[in-house]
Amino acid sequence: MQRPSAWRALAGAIVAAVFVGAAASLQAVREVRYPEPPPTAESLYLTSGTTVRRLSVGYSALTADLYWIRAIQYYGGTRLRMDRAAEKSPAGRRDFELLHPLLDVTTTLDPRFNIAYRFGSIFLAEPSPGGAGRPDLAIALLEKGLRERPDKWEYMQDIGFVHYWWLHDYRAAAEWFDKASKVPNAPWFLRSLAAVTLVEGGDRSSSRQMWLAIRESAEIDWLKTDAERRLQQLDVADAIDELQRYIDAARPRTGAITSWQEAIRAGIVRGVPLDPAGVPLGLDHEGRVHVGAMSPLYPLPEEPQRASARP
Amino acid sequence: MTPTTLIAVNVFRESVRDKVLYNLVAFAILLIGASYLIGQLTAGQDVKIIKDLGLAATSVFGLFIAIFIGIGLVSKEVEKRSIYSLLAKPINRRQIVVGKYAGLLLTLAVNLSVMAVALYVVLAYMGWGASARLVQVWERPAADPFLLRQFFLTFVELSIVTAIALFFSTFSTPLLSAALTFGFFVAGRFSADLRNFDQAVDSKVAAGLARTLYWILPNLASFDVRSQVVHGQPVSTGYMLLMTGYGALYISALLVVATLIFNRRDFK
Repeated sequence: MQRPSAWRALAGAIVAAVFVGAAASLQAVREVRYPEPPPTAESLYLTSGTTVRRLSVGYSALTADLYWIRAIQYYGGTRLRMDRAAEKSPAGRRDFELLHPLLDVTTTLDPRFNIAYRFGSIFLAEPSPGGAGRPDLAIALLEKGLRERPDKWEYMQDIGFVHYWWLHDYRAAAEWFDKASKVPNAPWFLRSLAAVTLVEGGDRSSSRQMWLAIRESAEIDWLKTDAERRLQQLDVADAIDELQRYIDAARPRTGAITSWQEAIRAGIVRGVPLDPAGVPLGLDHEGRVHVGAMSPLYPLPEEPQRASARP
Repeated sequence: MTPTTLIAVNVFRESVRDKVLYNLVAFAILLIGASYLIGQLTAGQDVKIIKDLGLAATSVFGLFIAIFIGIGLVSKEVEKRSIYSLLAKPINRRQIVVGKYAGLLLTLAVNLSVMAVALYVVLAYMGWGASARLVQVWERPAADPFLLRQFFLTFVELSIVTAIALFFSTFSTPLLSAALTFGFFVAGRFSADLRNFDQAVDSKVAAGLARTLYWILPNLASFDVRSQVVHGQPVSTGYMLLMTGYGALYISALLVVATLIFNRRDFK
């Protein structure tokens, strides 16, 4: 009695598999003959975190996770699209415009979602094509985090960092570093960072210290990679300064050096110098050393200026 | 065994026969599948999200069991007319109501326990595979015993939902009972809005009505400490005891009313 029933089950499974296979084949035909239109622009129907919280019927932490996943998919997808197009954002176009609402909803649903604040502090502030170019929104997001966790010195450090690195407002930066340094268990370097920033404005070693801190505390690879890229940019800026000094010093003896071949002949370098990404540095017709346009480190960021160098 | 215990054990056996425990397989597949997929999608937040997902899934799966089995506890007996043979035995109606309720609680307890174990296994595996740098920035360890507090509160919350389902089951049809229980569940989750209704309306009557409903309806939102346990915020033992007491009193009230209604029902 078992055998016919087993055969019947097997036959049923085969028939079902055939039907599914046939349906998949029709799907493939449909995709070829009637291709689907390219995906439309990203949109966010609900931008109020409070509304989403109500709709989540108590499962707000899980809904926050969904919005977080969407935020990083949106960021990654937009960045990939821009990298592929190898283009800068045309004037007036607002790339990453959904990044802030997505992070805002995420942090309203889960106000202790640490990484959402820190991710936002970097990628909302960074200009296009790396980010939204909105340091004001980055600060607003971090201040929202501080309202929830007033003891979070990391957010204060990040706000100071946005003032320092992107807005070049050293007084505000120093105030935030000082505020952060007063929080129990805050790292020692914040106090000296506050003092240096207030007295001298920006300098490369302070920038390096801040990016190192971000790299060490990065919970996700994007933040870590971005911090490493910034550190490499600072390294190459040091290397360029040093090379420039040698080239400028040789000028009275050799005349203007406008190519690496001339620099090698003059004994300034042994070969074409490379940046940390392995791409040759450039030397223009005025004898200025610069990062190659093909380098992933290009362009170097506008560096914070020392107080003595500012007008 | 007392008649109440016998009925409870039978309810549990019946739920096993009805393949209710199959949901545990679905839960395990969901967690294992999600732990892989989420690792690809979430850029390092996988442990936090698995915790959120595991705790939310536990609540949703438990809610389905509580509602869809709870509404049939009494009405199914009436529909199948097996209530006659039950009432012919030396069992009183109160024992039937309490026994049925206890049986479903047993089913829920077994479900939640197995789901907790499954979640801890997945989290322990993820913690084992995580780099030292990642572990350093976590707010709490992966397999954090603190999560058990939420499991317990979820059990108390679902016990209230089960009591509501049973209460409706004593006098209403299964479909209507399911709708009403779900409505109570949603209203219970929005209790804070009822409390603050006076900030949204000018009418004192409406605000007073909302405030009354706030005190009468079960405050299920207070059983949600998921965010706290996931982020390592303290949930005190005092709070746990308070919520357990609140749940026990609310359940007792529902069971008393359900028994009263069931006692008055005429099955002729």
